[in-house]
Amino acid sequence: MAMLEVRDLDVFYGVIQAIKSVSFEVNEGEIIALIGANGAGKTTILQSISGLLTPKKGSIKFEGRELVKMPTHDIVALGMAHIPEGRRIFANQTVYENLKLGAYTRKSKEETNSILEKVYKSFPRLKERSKQLAGTLSGGEQQMLAMGRALMSNPRIILMDEPSMGLSPLFVNEIFDIIKEINKAGTTVFLVEQNAKKALSIADRAYVLETGKIVIEGSAKELLNDDSVKKAYLGE
Amino acid sequence: MVRFLEQFINGLSVGSVYALIALGYTMVYGIARMINFAHGDIIMVGAYVLYVCKSIIGLPSIVSVIVTIVFCSLLGITIEKIAYKPLRKAPSLAVLITAIGMSFLLQALSLLIFGANPITFPSVIKVSPIYIGSITISGITIITFVVTFICMIGLTYFVNNTKAGSAMRAASEDKPAAELMGINVNRTISMVFAIGSALAGVAGFLYISQYQSLMPTLGALPGIKAFVAAVLGGIGSIPGAMLGGIMLGVIESLSKAYISTQLADAIVFGILVIVLIVKPSGLLGKNSIEKV
Repeated sequence: MAMLEVRDLDVFYGVIQAIKSVSFEVNEGEIIALIGANGAGKTTILQSISGLLTPKKGSIKFEGRELVKMPTHDIVALGMAHIPEGRRIFANQTVYENLKLGAYTRKSKEETNSILEKVYKSFPRLKERSKQLAGTLSGGEQQMLAMGRALMSNPRIILMDEPSMGLSPLFVNEIFDIIKEINKAGTTVFLVEQNAKKALSIADRAYVLETGKIVIEGSAKELLNDDSVKKAYLGE
Repeated sequence: MVRFLEQFINGLSVGSVYALIALGYTMVYGIARMINFAHGDIIMVGAYVLYVCKSIIGLPSIVSVIVTIVFCSLLGITIEKIAYKPLRKAPSLAVLITAIGMSFLLQALSLLIFGANPITFPSVIKVSPIYIGSITISGITIITFVVTFICMIGLTYFVNNTKAGSAMRAASEDKPAAELMGINVNRTISMVFAIGSALAGVAGFLYISQYQSLMPTLGALPGIKAFVAAVLGGIGSIPGAMLGGIMLGVIESLSKAYISTQLADAIVFGILVIVLIVKPSGLLGKNSIEKV
């Protein structure tokens, strides 16, 4: 059984259908990339999974549990973290407070502290700036904070929405290295990206979304060599 | 000098009651982005509940005060649940009208139950005044200071140092992001209404101890002044509400003593206008850009 299973998903904004009968699955331990142009519906799919949007039809199952109509905070408590588009860190709270909020669903203090140590080890810059207001961090640091905050809940799966958006090429490489590490440490990753080349370079499998429909799916290697993908998304 | 000090202390006392009420407006605005115009009427309900407990049922003062605070808190949660929660995604004008309607409903209910004639209700505070030199500080003033001080310290600690307080601040800043942390935003909003209304209950107790006369509209004036205080301090800011409330009380009291009793309210509102021209976000408010 797949860890995350999406079947025949239809999502509407008013009368406009944003997602048309989308089905896909994510297996435990994988990095899955969902690529597509701006406005294809990538963020809509992520928001439907984490309950920020309610789909009109279809089912979303996480480890066998139906997520449709479950409130977001309950979905998060099941072991799913979602790093939203634009990072959405709490700018008026310190880096440390942001990380603590990431562990909101965790009851054990010792566990939270040991995860915090791990996060500080992966992101030494966050430790240096722990007392600083999150809004004063640079874009790259904010992305690190968003990732660290997601890790604080010790999730089994992380949904990431455009982690490379607005970052310098140097930071983009760093962020993708970190995603690989997170996955190696045992967390399943569902990655939404416009930067198709980068996403496919670290993913196991990928789906291509065009105007609300999945048009191509396959292993990341296959997609990197697919002529239509090359033309449309890799700029070759 | 003695007169000045007495007026100043009096202003601090009135102002700290405004501050308690202003905290309710500002916290609710911070998290729900709405002005709860029924907030002033919670003070009125609190005053009547205190009267029923103390004068009709005959409970001991301290028990009556606790019952009052709990009742107001539950009332706040109930109002939010039945009137505001269904409108979470409605235009803000609809919420505003609902809040005004709720205010009228509470006044009408108390009119129905207790009638329009003012009811005299002697203060439940039996603390003897203290004398410092030639200055007299009444027992009510002392209790007002002690109670508001405890409330403010407690609230500041709660908001800044507890998990629930941190969730509250997160939900004020970004609700979807707070949900993604696993915070139940609806429950957090409920909690804010509970705290704000409990503080209004405390204010009702202090206010009625001072004025000793019950009327269904008694919450309107302190309500609107506390709203002004919250705006003056910067709506959404907790320290702002405290500062705004106390400033308002002192200005009002000194204006009454030295300028004119009739003009005191005009002066208070005039200062509000000037502050808002110079700093539209209020004294301690943040200049926030509305996100699109």
